[in-house]
Amino acid sequence: MEEVRLMKGNEAIAEAAIRAGVDGYFGYPITPQSEIIEYLMLEQPHLRTGMQVLQAESEVAAINMVYGAAGCGKKAMTSSSSPGISLKLEGISYIAASELPCLIVNVQRGGPGLGTIQPSQADYFQAVKGGGHGDYRLLVLAPASVQEMADFVDLSFELAFKYRTPVMILSDGVIGQMMEKVVLPPQKERLSNEELIKKYGSWATTGKPASRERNIITSLELKSERQEAHNHKLQAKYKEISENEVRFEKLNCDDAEYLIVAYGSSARISQKAMQIGREKGIKVGVLRPITLWPFPSDEINKLADQVKGILTVEMSAGQMVEDVRLAVNGKIKVEYFGRYGGMIPSPNEVIEALEQKLIGG
Amino acid sequence: MAEILTPEEIIKQGEPVFVKTKLMTDNTLSYCPGCGHGVAHRITMEVLEEMGIGDQTIGVAPVGCSVLAYEFMNIDMQQAAHGRAPAVATGIKRLFPEKYVFTYQGDGDLAAIGTAETIHACNRGENIVIIFVNNGIYGMTGGQMAPTTLEGMVSSTSPHGRDVEMMGSPIKMTEMVATLPGVCFATRQAVHKPGLVRKAKKAIRKAFENQKDKKGTSIVEIVSNCNSGWKMTPVDSNIWLEENMLPVFPLGDIKG
Repeated sequence: MEEVRLMKGNEAIAEAAIRAGVDGYFGYPITPQSEIIEYLMLEQPHLRTGMQVLQAESEVAAINMVYGAAGCGKKAMTSSSSPGISLKLEGISYIAASELPCLIVNVQRGGPGLGTIQPSQADYFQAVKGGGHGDYRLLVLAPASVQEMADFVDLSFELAFKYRTPVMILSDGVIGQMMEKVVLPPQKERLSNEELIKKYGSWATTGKPASRERNIITSLELKSERQEAHNHKLQAKYKEISENEVRFEKLNCDDAEYLIVAYGSSARISQKAMQIGREKGIKVGVLRPITLWPFPSDEINKLADQVKGILTVEMSAGQMVEDVRLAVNGKIKVEYFGRYGGMIPSPNEVIEALEQKLIGG
Repeated sequence: MAEILTPEEIIKQGEPVFVKTKLMTDNTLSYCPGCGHGVAHRITMEVLEEMGIGDQTIGVAPVGCSVLAYEFMNIDMQQAAHGRAPAVATGIKRLFPEKYVFTYQGDGDLAAIGTAETIHACNRGENIVIIFVNNGIYGMTGGQMAPTTLEGMVSSTSPHGRDVEMMGSPIKMTEMVATLPGVCFATRQAVHKPGLVRKAKKAIRKAFENQKDKKGTSIVEIVSNCNSGWKMTPVDSNIWLEENMLPVFPLGDIKG
């Protein structure tokens, strides 16, 4: 049954995971996302759905537990924040290479290094360009509200199993920590083992019956020709995802002369900046990428024929701006504005930056 | 000794002396001739076949010489990142508690890069079997020093012999994890002599029986040779193993 609650973004992810019929969560505490495992441990989902929750000895162990569980066709997830995601990258590369479906949540904090526990969006490159070793991609969803924190859990697993690929929810400390009204989805049943074997028995390690060859989960291919062929297969899958799974939201873009491109909490701030700008007579719209990979490049390219300039707003030193520039391909001016290291831009700073960098300049 | 059979007991008229378990594939082993891995693989698979649980077992292969264990073991398997096999096995077993789950790891994998995963899986008492093949060297990468390399032993990264002042002493992981309440069975075996092979197989059987009875973690260390890495003939390596490895890594049950 649907239910309306007032929750933190982190809590919403945890509750949504139970309701999505997730089989296992493996995590390690790190601020600002520890509420996810705390909520799950308090809630005892094994009593509600049979979902298992385990606090691992490290982020490294947690992602490898996800690998093992996902290799059995189970719905498995982990969550962490920036330094912890760096530790998980080895496992994420293996998961992508082995074509395993799973969910990884990154509630970003400021870096580099141990950095700060305050919000940040400086893991954009890490999330959308690979991060770990080798040619792989993560399907990256960027929630901008507590509601989307909840909604994207089930969506992530749908996409992960559709394409047999890891999906990341790239959030940040603002969305993770803030409280909003959230409509929680009804409970989804977990798959029984019989259903699981029926659906995923062609590839998952579920115990080899006499009726089929053994299933092997591996990313090792010693023959270069076969490794290249496996890479072709992965790239074909990524192309299919790029063609079918781009998601974005447009606000006031129809008459826009200037465009702000921002995701996550920066998109919320930019929305307010847009209102301030409109009150000042500046025709500004916002494009909010919901999928950061695949990136809404085509839509941004189209808008570049209409607007005079684009400003990206990010809580980083300017990462997504590179993808926007690639999408625009030199047609118009693309500028960046951001605060970082745990600092959050204000709506007034954003509109001032737009005026200075695009209108005045 | 009771376990030593007479020739009459072994060779029965009209019956084959040896039948390869169906749980080993026909793929040619990638191991060097004389290496103990092949025997360790075979007796593990024989145990699964004799218990009738091959179709309910999920194995986890490591990184190292036995990275390709899934090419030889005819069961569902996952290949883990270096050292992460106990974490991968944890993920499998927690969500598939009705399956039998084991890891098969070497000394570099289990006792160096995977130390944390090993200790914490054991400490949680994960209901899994860990088969730990200890040959005191990194075989796959070409004979570098392992955490279990003996004092004074020459390897490509300890070309003047392992200096314990600088490089530490050989680590006894099985003894270490035996101190943890989660571990129900910790034993050290070898497979370079027929009698020892039978004992090792019994230990592996006991480990899987423990898992059946949900007793917690069982670790079976198998002290093995690496004739290529040690730069010896297979026969010489087995003699060297007896004379040098076993005094540091004595055989027998450590716990349970």
